[in-house]
Amino acid sequence: MDAKKLIASRVAQELKDGDVVNLGIGLPTLIPDYLPTDVHITLQSENGFLGMGPLEGEPLPDLVNAGGKACGMVPGTAFFDSAMSFAIIRGGHVDATVLGGLQVDQEGNLANWMVPGKMIPGMGGAMDLVTGAKQVIVAMEHATKDGGAKILKRCELPLTAAGKVTAIATELAFFRFIDGQLVLTETAPGVSLDEIRAKTAADYVVSPDCHAMKLS
Amino acid sequence: MHTEKQIERSAIRKHLHDGMSIMFGGFLGSGSPKGIIQEILDAGIKDLTIIGNDTAMPDTGIGVLVSAKRVKKVITSHIGTNAETGRQMIAGEIEVELVPQGTLAERIRCGGSGLGGVLTPTGVGTLVEEGKTKLSFDGVDYLVERALRADLAILKAHIADEKGNLVYRRAARNFNPLMALAADFVAVEADSIVAPGEIDPDLVMTPGILVDALILSGEC
Repeated sequence: MDAKKLIASRVAQELKDGDVVNLGIGLPTLIPDYLPTDVHITLQSENGFLGMGPLEGEPLPDLVNAGGKACGMVPGTAFFDSAMSFAIIRGGHVDATVLGGLQVDQEGNLANWMVPGKMIPGMGGAMDLVTGAKQVIVAMEHATKDGGAKILKRCELPLTAAGKVTAIATELAFFRFIDGQLVLTETAPGVSLDEIRAKTAADYVVSPDCHAMKLS
Repeated sequence: MHTEKQIERSAIRKHLHDGMSIMFGGFLGSGSPKGIIQEILDAGIKDLTIIGNDTAMPDTGIGVLVSAKRVKKVITSHIGTNAETGRQMIAGEIEVELVPQGTLAERIRCGGSGLGGVLTPTGVGTLVEEGKTKLSFDGVDYLVERALRADLAILKAHIADEKGNLVYRRAARNFNPLMALAADFVAVEADSIVAPGEIDPDLVMTPGILVDALILSGEC
């Protein structure tokens, strides 16, 4: 299984039937493909609706996701303006947000919106999502392209929000923040604790129940 | 009673001037008034401050004004889809104020609602809090985010009636209803303009009193 599919498959297990979920652009959009058939979630799209679905058939006018791409909608979809959309997000009405990360640290800080001097796309809705969602799941590759650690003692890049991350899923490991502490709870198939240790700069504890991911 | 709100697109020009501030509806171009943006481009006004969710793409939505270098400052949540905005920012040709999307929505809502600003936890502990007042209630830190208004709002609706009552379609609603409250002059481009009474009053999303001018887009 390639890294992105493995991560999406693992994050899917975090979502419960009935959850309202906002998925970031890219890898997180793969997650619905891996939900068990008895888990039905409602997708929130921050540009202003609840009930986003996959594009089926011809695109409808004015129906786009938060990446500006044509998408579908399920029966019972509700559209609203941006103030309502972010009231839903900030107000704790979104059960989980899944988004990518440039860096995450052992304090639960996330950096994913800019690299000073190099890439400044803006935060879009990410700061509100990470601040307001009940669960903040960072879904990302474990290391940078040149092998550098992304799970750090302290983020070096500008933060998206402070102390809000609840879990991290990578192609090597699954971590959860438990009582403010970063805990390794699962390893990916065939990945050793030593490999994870070598590729992670953060301090973390290995859960006594740490086990291999069960992937469908 | 003044009821004739529908104008020719070119008549918007008398409301345009160099250095003005313009709020634009839309999210990556969806819900942006293409015809009005084209008219602003053709009018040649410059040194604009534009306020909206994102700067779309270089050839889409509000992005065309950035590409034509008509913009002095942009207040927005995202410029990542328009490389030209980023290039001009790094070259020092344009000032970019990045605002979290939910905060931008609330600042605009406040500007149109008689409120001086809003308290939000978004941005606490990040670069966004720099220079802002921080208040703490019940153990939670909030930033004071001030209201935003503009000289002109340019909006896109699906259906308007002649009184200016508006219905938006699907995801094209986004910032449009908030901006309808927050500018001195509000111009709306609509796919169709119908007689008063043809829109079910229960389905009106923006009340017509907020709208100053209606322009038929000719799209559907």
